[in-house]
Amino acid sequence: MDSQVVQGQVGKATASVAKSKSPFRLSMERFFHNPLAVAGLIILVLIIFITLFPQVFTHYNPSTPDIMNTDSPPTSLHPLGTDASGYDNLARLLYGGRVDLTVAFAAAFMTMFLGTLYGGISGFFGGWVDNLMMRFVDVMLNFPFIILVLVMESILNIASEWMLVLIVGITAWPGPARLIRGLFLQLREQDYVIGARTIGASRWRIMFRHMLPNSMSFIIVLVSFQVAGYVGIDAALSYLGLGVPLSVPSWGGILSTTTDYLTMTTEPYAWLPPTIMIVLTILSVNFIGDGLRDAFDPQSQA
Amino acid sequence: MSEPLLKVSNLKTYFISKYRTVKAVDGVDFEVQKGKVLGIVGESGSGKSMTSLSIMGLIPPPYGKIVEGEIRFEGVDLSKLSEKKMNDVRGNRISMIFQEPMSALNPVLKIGEQIDEVLIRHKRLSKSEARRKSIQLLQSVGFPRAEQIVNEYPHQLSGGMRQRAMIAMAMACEPSILIADEPTTALDVTIQAQVLDLMRDLKEHTGTAIVLITHDLGVVADMADDMIVMYGGQVVESGTADDIFNTPLHPYTNALMESIPVIDEERERLTAIPGTVPSAANFPQGCRFAERCAIAQASCHEKMPELRELQPGHLVRCDLA
Repeated sequence: MDSQVVQGQVGKATASVAKSKSPFRLSMERFFHNPLAVAGLIILVLIIFITLFPQVFTHYNPSTPDIMNTDSPPTSLHPLGTDASGYDNLARLLYGGRVDLTVAFAAAFMTMFLGTLYGGISGFFGGWVDNLMMRFVDVMLNFPFIILVLVMESILNIASEWMLVLIVGITAWPGPARLIRGLFLQLREQDYVIGARTIGASRWRIMFRHMLPNSMSFIIVLVSFQVAGYVGIDAALSYLGLGVPLSVPSWGGILSTTTDYLTMTTEPYAWLPPTIMIVLTILSVNFIGDGLRDAFDPQSQA
Repeated sequence: MSEPLLKVSNLKTYFISKYRTVKAVDGVDFEVQKGKVLGIVGESGSGKSMTSLSIMGLIPPPYGKIVEGEIRFEGVDLSKLSEKKMNDVRGNRISMIFQEPMSALNPVLKIGEQIDEVLIRHKRLSKSEARRKSIQLLQSVGFPRAEQIVNEYPHQLSGGMRQRAMIAMAMACEPSILIADEPTTALDVTIQAQVLDLMRDLKEHTGTAIVLITHDLGVVADMADDMIVMYGGQVVESGTADDIFNTPLHPYTNALMESIPVIDEERERLTAIPGTVPSAANFPQGCRFAERCAIAQASCHEKMPELRELQPGHLVRCDLA
């Protein structure tokens, strides 16, 4: 009996300590209790740190070849060897993440920004506005994305990471736009949205003040999965020779120069590390995304 | 009788799609007097909620429409106002509270922020003034620690507390009319009584008229000055609450009264009205209650009865009454 009473009091005390945490804070607490998600976060932070400060780990410049040591196997001088032009593989690996991560994050944020705006408006207004906007999405979803990259690059004759971001950004938003539209259609019927209308809030205010914050958790999760997707996409495009110029180090770029049979079989030290980096990045971002989804899900137990 | 505050005449709110027309509200008339409580009673699907949403101009688009009628409030027909003008009325001159206090507050905004919003929107208060007023409002609806409540999120409050916060929000601009759509249905009985008492107190202090929509006859008997009984999108009986409770004239009202369980009577089963409300997409040609009416005659199925004034101020839509 006594212990029950005490327990009840403890419960009360913690409840009053937990006062005034926003639903977002509570979700973040749940997130940090998920070991896999935290592991993913740590790995991602490490990878970002390496790509931000590669000079800490190597004194080689990834764009200056060591002509005396081309095609070198791993030595004390070049821990991961050099490629046929004499570029240091380790330096290219460390610097290469910049391109991949920038493209992945920038493209994810850009698609999500466009997708949220477009889908939000479509879902909020509904009716014929929604109908018209969604038919355009259907057209965009069928757009041959790789052809566009080819055409844009040959017309503008610029192959840079920002070009990639731009192309991914303007072609990949319809997917997220559809999801956000569905969410907004659902949110629009929520009592608190109708409630906001009964107090005379304007449409834009309802969208940005009432509906957007309530879709934030969904959007964050979507961004994380998009990031994972675009680390992959950049590698794939570089692999096809459609990514960034070869003089700019990138993981995908390294992979595309090591695809010949000889390199594949005899120089695993050249292509294995960037592969591992890509896989690690995608995995860690996916774990973070999973963790976020569970953390924001009201049905998941705390 | 003085000029009514709100006069709804021949209101028809239909949902029109390609395939069918749903007559949710089909020619409703009523008046709300200044500072009085009007109870609107009816089953689910009788058009009570759609009547209130019509007044607020919040009928769900794209199919819902007010096809006929007038909602005259302070000399203007609300159904003809532009969306922008209507936004100045909502929350300011007429406000509304809902059945589900659990979902009617935005879960990601603090209680204070939500009440501030109304005040900033309509009273043009600064943020700090609005916050001060919000705390006062919360105190006036009976929160002892209002300074803390403003910084809390809806999920930290109980259902009754949330409904009181909703009332504080609705009363923020001291509206002329508060529309309460089943305000106590989702609350347990003791909290129901508290919320009703609170609404009564506020009405007495501010002179706000209340339109109380409910299917709980007990609540109406307790609160309302006037009442209307709705069935199938129409008013079947209207008058003062006393008149209707003392001498219900419409067979539907009668049946409703009989289905209230009496505490000293031992009965095997509760009295129920057989059948269900007819679908609003497909009303019968005659009296809409005829199918379920105990005293219906052949003529009832053929001709829709008119609303007749049987006693002064007491109207009924039944030819047999």
